Amino acid sequence: MSAPIEVPKWADVTLVPALAVILAFLVAGSVVIGIGENPVRASILLVQGAFGSGEGIGYTLYYATNFIFTGLAVAFAFHAGLFNIGGEGQATMGGLGAALICLQFDFLPWYLVLPLAILGAMAMGALWAFIPGYLQVKRGSHVVITTIMFNFLAATLVVYLLVNVIGKPGSMSPETRGFSPSAHMPFMHEALAVLGITIPKSPLNLSFVLALLASYGVWLILWRTRYGYEARTLGANPSAAHYAGISVPRVTMSAMAVSGALAGLLATNEILGVQGRLLLEFSSGYGFIGIAVALMGRAHPVGIFLASILFGALYQGGTELSFEMPLVTRDMIVAISGLVVLFAGALDMVMRRPVAFLFRVFHKEEA
Amino acid sequence: MHAVLHRVAAIGAALLLPLSASLAAEVKPAIVYDLGGKYDKSFNEGVFHGAEEFKKTTGIDFRDFEIQNDAQREQALRRFAKDGFSPVLAVGFSQASAVEKVAKEFPDTKFTIIDMVVDAPNVQSVVFKEHEGSFLVGVLAAKASKTGKVGFVGGMDIPLIRRFACGYVQGAKAANPKIEVFQNMTGTTGAAWNDPVKGAELAKSQIDRGADVVYHAAGGTGVGVLRAAADAGKLGIGVDSNQNGMHPGKVLTSMLKRVDNATIASFMAAKDGTWKAGVTVLGLKENGVGWALDDNNKALITADLKTAVDAASADIVSGKVQVHDYMSDSKCPD
Repeated sequence: MSAPIEVPKWADVTLVPALAVILAFLVAGSVVIGIGENPVRASILLVQGAFGSGEGIGYTLYYATNFIFTGLAVAFAFHAGLFNIGGEGQATMGGLGAALICLQFDFLPWYLVLPLAILGAMAMGALWAFIPGYLQVKRGSHVVITTIMFNFLAATLVVYLLVNVIGKPGSMSPETRGFSPSAHMPFMHEALAVLGITIPKSPLNLSFVLALLASYGVWLILWRTRYGYEARTLGANPSAAHYAGISVPRVTMSAMAVSGALAGLLATNEILGVQGRLLLEFSSGYGFIGIAVALMGRAHPVGIFLASILFGALYQGGTELSFEMPLVTRDMIVAISGLVVLFAGALDMVMRRPVAFLFRVFHKEEA
Repeated sequence: MHAVLHRVAAIGAALLLPLSASLAAEVKPAIVYDLGGKYDKSFNEGVFHGAEEFKKTTGIDFRDFEIQNDAQREQALRRFAKDGFSPVLAVGFSQASAVEKVAKEFPDTKFTIIDMVVDAPNVQSVVFKEHEGSFLVGVLAAKASKTGKVGFVGGMDIPLIRRFACGYVQGAKAANPKIEVFQNMTGTTGAAWNDPVKGAELAKSQIDRGADVVYHAAGGTGVGVLRAAADAGKLGIGVDSNQNGMHPGKVLTSMLKRVDNATIASFMAAKDGTWKAGVTVLGLKENGVGWALDDNNKALITADLKTAVDAASADIVSGKVQVHDYMSDSKCPD
């Protein structure tokens, strides 16, 4: 009776999250009924909006790109036992890094300026996470506190720079001038057109490919390198890691830096890909949703990819839903996403217990 | 019998269908609100009320959409254009680059943008002479002030809001050359539109320095400005929509920016086939701006005030008084 709750691995990564999503949709459906709409039609519209057209898929993947970057950022730090909730600020700083490079060097051809801008985004994101890591190691201030406070610092710094230093003079909204076309991350429909493939227009750009490469890279580092082993050991048991001769300060600071660099990459999608200029609040909450994505994806790149697709679909399908059903406002979509986060993250056990129970029952019958 | 009915129905259909189809193709208005949302008690809501009124008078329904992030501006405009909506109305200056892009992709769709000029053959830009309306409330503020000191609280520090401030100062000085005007901006980011606490603090500090009338052009922040003025027993001045009713007897007047009229005018023009691309500037003369007088502030607007503001209004309409526009040269005359 007192045996721990055992769920087979395959069920833990597929069945439990899937049930959580279904439960979230059922609860969300009752909200839809509450406002006097048909929940079945709403669900169909949502799925169709996200996957029913080439354009819809493009938008879904575009949103998913953001979630992959921020999800990976949270997951990487998580494996090293660090809870980085500063993705928002690191992404903002990444945008600043990319923008500074673009503003200075966008007269260069794309094959020089784009890699430089991507590196700039990663460097600034890394810096913004490295400092909290350093403070934790040297001063004992916990990263949960410092990273979230660094979000505000990043926002304030970018506001200051946009208003007083790098903003376009005379503009109504605080933003930089537009970058030249050479600093533009090509859209997927542009890139594929070169190969003779025509797809509908959407903001989906080559950052998506970068996100897939980053996912592979994270997997490679964490599970196939000595450094990854050190990081995971630190996450599993800091004392054991120390005892085994792993330098806890070094791994802590570097893991934070890698995490920040991943979050900073969000800027390649938003700033280099879509906006082509630096503006305020482009990170619009993706950094925080990255936490939910990492939790749902069990901090594994494959899981994060799937969770990102789910959240991308919620964003895009939700937009289409509020087009088709004017009664469903944008706040309703936030509520539905919130329910998914609630059931997939916080109420994870609600699903796991019954699943484990069922497995135990069936297991006994077989035996 | 059956055959006859069929024939009648067929004739009816033949007559009616093309008619209704052509009507539907002509006006299917849609609105894309700015990030503030449909019910912001001010700018976006004004557009919504205008559209509602258009619906009431013509029976033509409209669709609208509240964006959630910047990427959705283009998406929403494109979506409406693709579904055959026209005119598509974009609210707010932040939509300019999105309208510019999407208008190029859909040359047959009519686009209207409020508060910003987009130069394209199928875009109508509606801008307001906020300085003229602000001039009038400046006159009222100076006349109503007993201390000879009045205040102004702006939202985000952008040229548009400085235009409000500059018109207000000119009006106040025209009514009382010795008047002192305190000016504060709430902030430099979008958050400055929605910070009633800071708005109240700024208004309070101006009142402490002797101001007894405070005008705000600060969106949601202004709620705090009006509240602080009312609590201190002084007078506030509302903006955009008629805010006199928020603290009856404590709001001197409101500077009206008739985005609702602009919305109706744009939709009506599209319906009547008189819709034209280009820049429309709505000032006092065109009834695009003005000041609010209703039961809530009737007692505050004395005969003296009324005469002064009516005279100023007539002078601006006739062109005798030219209110300087801050945005024309980024300067405000002293």
